[in-house]
Amino acid sequence: MQNEFIFGVNSTVALQKKDFDLLLKKLQELGYEVVGPRVDEQTLRYGQINTMNDLPKGYISKQEAGRFQLIHTGHSRYFDVIPGAQSWKQFLFPSRVELFELNKNAGRWDINRTESHSPAYAFIGVRGCELAAIQIQDKAFIREDFTDPFYQERRERAFLIAVNCSNPAGTCFCASMGTGPRVESGADLILTELDNVFLLKIGSELGRNVLNGLPVESASAFLLQAAERELEQASKKMGRTLDTEDLPELLLENLDAAHWQKINSRCLSCANCTQVCPTCFCWDTVDTMSLNGTETKRERVWDSCFNPGYSYQAGGNTRPTIHSRYRQWLSHKFGTWKVQYGTLGCTGCGRCITWCPAGIDITEEIAALRKEVKK
Amino acid sequence: MNPRKPSIAVYKFSSCDGCQLSLLNMEDELLDLAEAVDIAYFLEATRAARPGPYDIAIVEGSITTEHEVERIKEVRRDAKILIALGTCATSGGVQALRNFADHKVYASKVYEHPEFLHYLPTSTPIAEHVAVDLELWGCPVNKRQVLEIITALLNNRRPNLPQYSVCLECKRSGTVCVLVDKGIPCMGPATQAGCGAICPSNGRGCYGCFGPAKSTNVDSLVHILRNAERMPGETERLFRGISGNAPAFQMAAESFISKEKK
Repeated sequence: MQNEFIFGVNSTVALQKKDFDLLLKKLQELGYEVVGPRVDEQTLRYGQINTMNDLPKGYISKQEAGRFQLIHTGHSRYFDVIPGAQSWKQFLFPSRVELFELNKNAGRWDINRTESHSPAYAFIGVRGCELAAIQIQDKAFIREDFTDPFYQERRERAFLIAVNCSNPAGTCFCASMGTGPRVESGADLILTELDNVFLLKIGSELGRNVLNGLPVESASAFLLQAAERELEQASKKMGRTLDTEDLPELLLENLDAAHWQKINSRCLSCANCTQVCPTCFCWDTVDTMSLNGTETKRERVWDSCFNPGYSYQAGGNTRPTIHSRYRQWLSHKFGTWKVQYGTLGCTGCGRCITWCPAGIDITEEIAALRKEVKK
Repeated sequence: MNPRKPSIAVYKFSSCDGCQLSLLNMEDELLDLAEAVDIAYFLEATRAARPGPYDIAIVEGSITTEHEVERIKEVRRDAKILIALGTCATSGGVQALRNFADHKVYASKVYEHPEFLHYLPTSTPIAEHVAVDLELWGCPVNKRQVLEIITALLNNRRPNLPQYSVCLECKRSGTVCVLVDKGIPCMGPATQAGCGAICPSNGRGCYGCFGPAKSTNVDSLVHILRNAERMPGETERLFRGISGNAPAFQMAAESFISKEKK
């Protein structure tokens, strides 16, 4: 159709909504497994997207501490629903990965590393908080001293379509963490949804190549202004705020504050917060052995600092109480994480608040600790 | 007979046989198992039974009669290692409901002539009567966990059993929390993992059949579940379920709930 694709990286183009399927088709033709938000069994998950009809058009999510509600309002937007419990973490850092098999052979052990057969994923609708979370996990898994081959393979092959978030939920606080609702860079395409049209900012040469041949037009000043207005409004719709000024010192210098004890009556130590957190990366290795002991399979599975077995060492548990485990989590996320990786471990997505059955709110916990310390 | 093969005896006490059936349901592994161990006594599987002593006794069921009180002592005497299999054996099972009610009323509702019954007023776990070396919870038990403990015993290592709650299994399998998402009362946060989160992954709340998780916060869950009740008394019924006689669930049901009722 077009011999020359005139739009360069960082330019913004407009794609009519009816033509979005052409973009999905292009990705599928390029061999990507296209995944995004979809409604399955009346709940919101990330799963395979074949056509744009699979996207959660007309839905919103109402989120408060300990409560998620998926509501169908029938509006015309495809990306207005703030994600649920699942995150892109499940694709890049799957909950269960087979690492290797050991076979006993004439008195010695043969190691057979598991060949990775990960698909190349195209993520549709990565929000600012989620993109920041992926970048935080990059720091944990792709390092100079150690790189996780399973993560790296998935990450480097992934195609990212980010989405500017125009309808934040009640537990969102990405504006406080500086990760959203606007996405500036870090994705192959950055999408803004308007009533009839998707604006696509080209974020990479790969993104540019994917758009080549699709019926896109230069985005008019009118459309760009409309997008700008939506994003300004979005920042004001955040349900929560978090003051990051004195982090990580607030936590690291007040490990014995009385406030920590108060969590004991509410926290279930169920690990939900860490599992829905898009940056939490703790894992365990589990061996499955054959009855005769000659074959062993080792898997890596998601684990959590709230699992009593997680902090069990020879002789006992270093974090035997619920509050000591909660403190470990929070002081890592907002404290030692910064020391390790140069960034806080929270992106303000609000999942840990929404998906805590007890409705424990980290923004409230940090504020309460600050109040006690100031006294 | 290979003398090096450890001998296993499987016993039934008061139970539904479901856990013994989970042993027999290990269709893919049963031949390997028969290869690795000497199944010396397992009446549900075969009439051929050899007398003890045995290396490993696997006990299904709870103690509910005078006769069983005596018989479990013999089982203990005859075995080097005793494993309590399933929630009847580890906490008393669903038949322990009578522990919290008038057992005579229960008996008269079911039997026309309850005077012919010989039973104890309570159903109790094996560990209340004899020393138990390992408890495996579940109603029924998970076959992978059964294999894990037998494999661990055969290979002289500690069995790898989870200490976390069902929530972690839900998250690993991509199951969205039924409590937060749908408001369905769920015992998962306080219940020991091991089943693979069967109920939540089918859209139902966990009913706690694997018993209380270690280091859990039952009081907080009671408070949460009371706010999610769909009918009066639902929380109490959940804690008074399959694992109702487990101390942590019993305390929750007794102290917390009855206090609030007053």
